[in-house]
Amino acid sequence: MIELTINNIKVKAENGMTILDAAKSVGISIPTLCHIKDLLPSGACRLCSVDVEGSKALIPACAYPVADGMVVDTNSARVRTSRKTIIELLVENHPQDCLICVRNGNCELQTFAGIYGIREHRFAGESKKHAIDISSSSMERDPAKCILCGRCVRVCEEIQKIGAIDFTNRGFQTSVTTPFNKGLSISDCILCGQCILVCPTAALREKSSMKEVTNALNNKKKYTIVQVAPAIRATIGEEYNLPLGSNVTGQLVTALRRIGFKKVFDTNFGADLTIIEEATELISRVSENKTLPMFTSCCPGWVKYIEQTKPNLLGHVSSCKSPHEMEGAILKSYYAKKMGIDPKDIFVVSIMPCTVKKFESHRPELSNNFNQDVDAVLTSRELVRLFKVSGIEFGDLPEDKFDDPLGESTGAAALFGTSGGVIEAALRTAYFKLTGSNLENLEMKEIRGKEGIKEASIKINDLEVNVAVVNGIGHIAKIFDQIEKGESKYHLIEVMACPGGCINGGGQPIHHKPEKIRKRIEALYTLDENSKTRRSHENKSINKLYKEFLGEPNGHLAHELLHTEYYDRKEQLKKKK
Amino acid sequence: MHNEIFLRYNKNDKSALIPLLQEVQDVYGYLPEDAINEVAEFVGSSVARIYGVATFYNMFRMTPLGANVIKVCRGTACHVKNSANLLFALEDSLKIKAGQTTRDKKFTLELVNCIGACSIAPVITVNEEYYGRIGVKDIPSIIKKYQGKPKVESKDEAANQKQEVVL
Repeated sequence: MIELTINNIKVKAENGMTILDAAKSVGISIPTLCHIKDLLPSGACRLCSVDVEGSKALIPACAYPVADGMVVDTNSARVRTSRKTIIELLVENHPQDCLICVRNGNCELQTFAGIYGIREHRFAGESKKHAIDISSSSMERDPAKCILCGRCVRVCEEIQKIGAIDFTNRGFQTSVTTPFNKGLSISDCILCGQCILVCPTAALREKSSMKEVTNALNNKKKYTIVQVAPAIRATIGEEYNLPLGSNVTGQLVTALRRIGFKKVFDTNFGADLTIIEEATELISRVSENKTLPMFTSCCPGWVKYIEQTKPNLLGHVSSCKSPHEMEGAILKSYYAKKMGIDPKDIFVVSIMPCTVKKFESHRPELSNNFNQDVDAVLTSRELVRLFKVSGIEFGDLPEDKFDDPLGESTGAAALFGTSGGVIEAALRTAYFKLTGSNLENLEMKEIRGKEGIKEASIKINDLEVNVAVVNGIGHIAKIFDQIEKGESKYHLIEVMACPGGCINGGGQPIHHKPEKIRKRIEALYTLDENSKTRRSHENKSINKLYKEFLGEPNGHLAHELLHTEYYDRKEQLKKKK
Repeated sequence: MHNEIFLRYNKNDKSALIPLLQEVQDVYGYLPEDAINEVAEFVGSSVARIYGVATFYNMFRMTPLGANVIKVCRGTACHVKNSANLLFALEDSLKIKAGQTTRDKKFTLELVNCIGACSIAPVITVNEEYYGRIGVKDIPSIIKKYQGKPKVESKDEAANQKQEVVL
């Protein structure tokens, strides 16, 4: 234990703590722009500068360790002037278009400009000019709005271990960009959007599909159907200042109906369907000695990653489409037939916590007769914008239920939004299919939690089934290594590209409240616990769907509608690079 | 062509990056994209990181040099003597900006902070020759003098062509 003084307050701190953390422990907040908790400090923005007695220069609190007897002033006149100047300089080299910016109201630079009372342009001069990178179908990069804090670079490199973007050039010309400045679509980027979540400004943002959706809603000829991902219901309340982890399913349904969707369905139905197909595929792979381990395929970021980096292992990926694509395919076949609507008139919108889902929805193989399974994807942030412009407030909204039949779902499906959830759900059904009885202990504590690779084994009949969960694409290397060496003991491996799962997806509300991932995940676990049915094969609408339409799981029609194929993108990228 | 360079270094040794890039540049006169991709794989960093390093240092070029290199001194003395006008004149007549190479690959235009010939400011150099105390009116004749020189055959034509497709 170390004792130091911060702003005349005696503070006890651990050895190795930074001044920033020590100050935080006694309720003194020091502003930061480049700091990311748990990552190595970069000290790029200098906004956290503080006065330390005995030091001539200002000290960056995010990078400087505390020492015994240290006397720190976080609020001296010199510190305040320095911070204000930093903000003024950043603002001056930033486009002055806050009013028409997508992050208006949720921009860290804007907030600091307000806090430090920037009221004039003291340093007006040349400002950098960069083109917007619109090459990708999921994300936009606007280097003019970049303040070079480097958070996106570090998240991409250190957490996701991809390194699609980095600082280039130097001095005034410095910018964060992709190799050879060629745009995200021709880089190693998997479009996971983790960089968007940490970007303090609008330099990184999703490519909006609001226009397509509002156009479809206004088009009387279109039969607009919306489906909501499992993770959305636990996060969207945050944008309405509800506590973290509030489950707003009922209000969400009402809101979607009010903005004009003809039918409101639940992607959880698609998740249940995925489980049936995936569990069946796993069983057939195990019993017929086919390629094992099998990777889950729900996460399009992960699928894009393996296509780009290890196309030789594509045989390990389950051929199942992701839940919302399955649901889209069923909507435009079974449901269209049942309701007597031409599939071409159906417009399916998916509300997703994810930016890659936009890319996925454009994949040409995820279509039927040149009709994409899903027509547009909105992230949770875009949906809230659509709600707000339609005058929808969550607080007083009555609750409503999803439409039938694609609105029914089980607790297992709700788990799809968290890391480890797909495996939990799949094992519940696989166990039943193989033994004929239901799994007793439903909650698998070993694969819940925030570790990078989680593993468990479960005995089904005589077979010890080993499963692994990769929590964030940055941890995949070890798994690849094991498979390539032929040492992998697993049967089923779940991969989600974002740490924590979809609950922390790149399309989710942006804020840095502590505990956000844990609280959101808890909401989904509670949803599962409170469900009447907690196993996907108990979903009556799904059983009816197989009986009336699909036939057998993994059968001919199921293969045509619910399964897909993957491509070697490594070669393609190489050619374009 | 540059593959034998790798033999002299250890794989995944990030400290070898700069010497590696220098040697590759010695072979081609610049850093072709393919070579950067291979260097990235060799040292075990992302391509973005290598590109970042290569663009950070002035000694690395991302485009091939032209047959003749024109350097315009922008040091203090030359600045006072209006070297900016020389630069604009050169940019106008070559139809390129400083740092670029003409399409016919005959000229590369570069800026220098001080050539060290302040007594004859404003100065430009073409290859190894100095042109001091000149004005805008002298530029056409200087360019004409080097116009006739044949284009240097590039060692990696394919990579050069790719270089022009920039998003």
